[in-house]
Amino acid sequence: MSNLLSLRPGGLALLAAIIAAGPLVLQNGFHYNVAILAGINAMVCIGLNLLIGYAGQISLGHAGFFALGAYASAILPERFGFHPAGALLTGAVVVGLLAFAIARPILRLRGHYLAMATLGMGIIISIVLDQEVDITGGPDGMPVGDLTLFGQVVSGELAWYWLIGALLFVTTWLALNLVHSPVGRALKAVHGSEIAAAAMGVDVFHYKVLVFVFSAVLASVAGSLFAHYNGFITPDEASFIHSIQLVTMVVLGGMASIAGSIVGAVVLTVLPQMLAGFHDYEMIVFGAILMGTMILLPEGAVPTLAKRIRERLA
Amino acid sequence: MRFFRKLTRRAALAMAGVAALTLAHAGTALAGDAKEPIKIGSFLAVTGPASFLGDPELKTLQLYIGKINKEGGVLGRPLKLVHYDAQHLAKKAVTFTRRLIEQDKVDLIIGGSTTGTTMAVVKLVERAQIPFISLAGASVIIDPVKKWVFKTPHTDRLAVRKIFSDMKKRGLSKLGLLSGSGGFDKSCAGNARKLAKDYGITIVADETHGKGDTDMTPQLTRIKNTPGVQAFLYCGFGAPTSIVARNFKQLGMKIPHYQSHGSASMKFIKGAQGGAEGVRLPVAALLVAEQLPDDNPQKKVALAYKRAYESAYNDSVSTFGGHAYDALMIAVNAIRRAGTTDKAKVRDAIEQTKNYIGADGIYNMSPTDHLGLDEKSFVMVEVRNGTWKLLK
Amino acid sequence: MLAEFLQFLFSGLTVGAVYGLIGLGFAVIYNASNVINFAQGEFVMIGGMATVFLMKAGLPMPPAVALAIAGAALVGWLLARFGIETAKGAGVVGLIIITIGASILLRGLAQVIWDRNFHPLPSISGDAPIHVLGATLLPQSLWIGAALIVIMAGLRHFFAHTRTGKAMRAAAIDPLAAQLMGVDVRRVVRLSFVLSAALGALAGVLVAPITMTYANVGVMLGLKGFAAAIVGGLGNPLGAIAGGLVVGIAEAMTAGYLSSAWKDVVAFVIILFVLLFMPNGLFGRAEAERA
Repeated sequence: MSNLLSLRPGGLALLAAIIAAGPLVLQNGFHYNVAILAGINAMVCIGLNLLIGYAGQISLGHAGFFALGAYASAILPERFGFHPAGALLTGAVVVGLLAFAIARPILRLRGHYLAMATLGMGIIISIVLDQEVDITGGPDGMPVGDLTLFGQVVSGELAWYWLIGALLFVTTWLALNLVHSPVGRALKAVHGSEIAAAAMGVDVFHYKVLVFVFSAVLASVAGSLFAHYNGFITPDEASFIHSIQLVTMVVLGGMASIAGSIVGAVVLTVLPQMLAGFHDYEMIVFGAILMGTMILLPEGAVPTLAKRIRERLA
Repeated sequence: MRFFRKLTRRAALAMAGVAALTLAHAGTALAGDAKEPIKIGSFLAVTGPASFLGDPELKTLQLYIGKINKEGGVLGRPLKLVHYDAQHLAKKAVTFTRRLIEQDKVDLIIGGSTTGTTMAVVKLVERAQIPFISLAGASVIIDPVKKWVFKTPHTDRLAVRKIFSDMKKRGLSKLGLLSGSGGFDKSCAGNARKLAKDYGITIVADETHGKGDTDMTPQLTRIKNTPGVQAFLYCGFGAPTSIVARNFKQLGMKIPHYQSHGSASMKFIKGAQGGAEGVRLPVAALLVAEQLPDDNPQKKVALAYKRAYESAYNDSVSTFGGHAYDALMIAVNAIRRAGTTDKAKVRDAIEQTKNYIGADGIYNMSPTDHLGLDEKSFVMVEVRNGTWKLLK
Repeated sequence: MLAEFLQFLFSGLTVGAVYGLIGLGFAVIYNASNVINFAQGEFVMIGGMATVFLMKAGLPMPPAVALAIAGAALVGWLLARFGIETAKGAGVVGLIIITIGASILLRGLAQVIWDRNFHPLPSISGDAPIHVLGATLLPQSLWIGAALIVIMAGLRHFFAHTRTGKAMRAAAIDPLAAQLMGVDVRRVVRLSFVLSAALGALAGVLVAPITMTYANVGVMLGLKGFAAAIVGGLGNPLGAIAGGLVVGIAEAMTAGYLSSAWKDVVAFVIILFVLLFMPNGLFGRAEAERA
């Protein structure tokens, strides 16, 4: 364990320092709100990046997992008297099982097929949430109760900031360990050449399923946290557009870069706030970022910049 | 290892840069002029699927805030509109409302084009204790009454009541219902189911259609073939209203056809390409301002708003813009009566709004009624020769 | 009973033909370049919206339609030239992301250049419904069906008998070999985008009188067309049309006989079912490789 811990102490320490320095920069509740949303997005993106960047599989339905987590946290405590933490875990387990059930048959196929299956699944989830008005409140959404942890209600921007900051740190630590473990190396091999990896004795299929399930569970947990934090959720959380936004964050930050995912999530959470006065152009900017990054910086912003800096220093 | 450290340092720089930019941006927003304007915050669905609501609403706010400022403002201070486009998304509505309250420090909020975005921020405005006037339809917004939350549009319940009264008058009691999958559609259809009994109406067919659907003939065929059906009601808004009207005509259906106030826009008639002839719906008097009798107190207000809007934007007036007009005027009147922008006093003044004659009707608010409109504020119209005809 | 069934069938066939036309665009591009073009629905939108606004500017309908289709084809060419080609080596995931970006960009541009309202287009030959055994059918539906048949026959001829068509088929089967045989694969890819953009725009013009058109009209239509292409077996043009009809009829029958609330789920349940149990699509094409 200590071996794993020491893998990337510099990066993790920096992340911790940035999170700890947050309150120096964040001046009001709105700033905290943006920072917390960025943190939640970053958690989802780290998981999604393991899938896209390391395992080379795309999901166009992660918003569906996010929304299932969110609705589990909204419905279970309210209707069935679950403890909020229990609801969060139940949501995560259900999403994990669902992801497992989808991944097993689909990941045997190649190329676009996971994209299609996850897309279809995400849309089905959003339609079900829309239609089941009696349970989900339908398109108008439903309110969500408070999150209690260890007998304490998590309330106030500062409490949420520290909670999300801590969880983001843990997620990053987990992901870095995964990436630099034998599993991560196997995944890299999968991305490079599946056949070569298989020939080397890597159980390609097993790892792909593992990463898919892990990323779905992360999305679900993030969804649960978001629901409690926001206090209100609508089926739009499951929308295709939301899935695309998550993919965009990963792509912009850089595939196969954990730091990139955090940067991508932060930039694309803050950017709409900066463009708030130009709502007509938000979609244009968003689309152009997606295309531009993929065409000009196919490795994403962070890895490309890092490479340039490395070259200059070398 | 060194590589990763550099990489994360880069990330930190980028994040710090972004944060600095946001702050700079915020700084310019805060640097108001010396006269200390009264800040009206708003978040509307200007883009996205509900943009047909937010677009006229925002245009109306901009138009009238400009007018009021030209006439010297309110309490000698100019009005300043701080607007963000929250689309139909609850998440954006929450973030922008926080921004309006905590960063822009607005004095009052008008907004929430849709019920979802409105309900998402109710907790927030109640906690921040800031007057909030919603432009969304559903009755849950003001029922139960929430201390700081008001709204100006007629509720779908009022619309359904108006339609059912008209049906009763014509001796129709067996209704075929079709609704879309949006929040408005569902709430309207839900009220129709709830209220039917009060009017001796039975719903003999109850159909729905999905988002972005382009053909409603299967649902309409089922309604057409339901034995005994005497009238048809469609609850929905946007493009489907026209498609339903066209499909209805295509199937040769002859029973009386009602739609909700969600169809109260010329775009409905134009889109239906003749299919809208004979459709009846409850609308705000605004749409038929010219046809109102001269002694109707609303006539002057409605005509003035209609002319101002249509000449400024070269676009036909819709009731949605009317909601924004009424919300702004109620807010401005309240601030004038309170003589201050103190939030609690403005809230009390809004609640005391009496006999305000607006585009949507005559408002009489009270501690138990944060809408203040009744069924009379709706008029029944029928589409004839491609335009609205006021029914007596 | 029969009248009811026929009415559902007509509805399903009309909608299904539209899905098929859009699915066809997916198939043509996929065949030539292995790209799933998520901007396909936006070509449909461009066709409809451009026609509406050209007619508003005073053009009669036929030249407006021709210009709109040409405009969409140009957008298709630009996307292939500057989106797909410059990103060579981006991989499956990268190309999907580029086309998704293009679709968002095009929708954003449409809202700024045109507007956010919905617009009708006049039908080609009026709105008087035709009565068939108690059911009714709009003349526009017949036009859509006729267009589908003409396009199908045209594409068959094109792929089977013209040099360019044969080159496109060769490039689809094995791009490297085709290149060695002197086929300009890049040109084939551009051509496939132009062709499917034009097909999409034509679909947009044909459906606008029934569905209306607006900046976001392509989102759901595009996804349903995508479903059609998968159901038919990805990359199989005839399969895409058949897939469209299957999805359209399944939707109409679900709405008619089961519950209209679940109609939209049908298309996507069919996608999942096909992917899980018959990955080559209902109408086959050995494209999905087992890993």
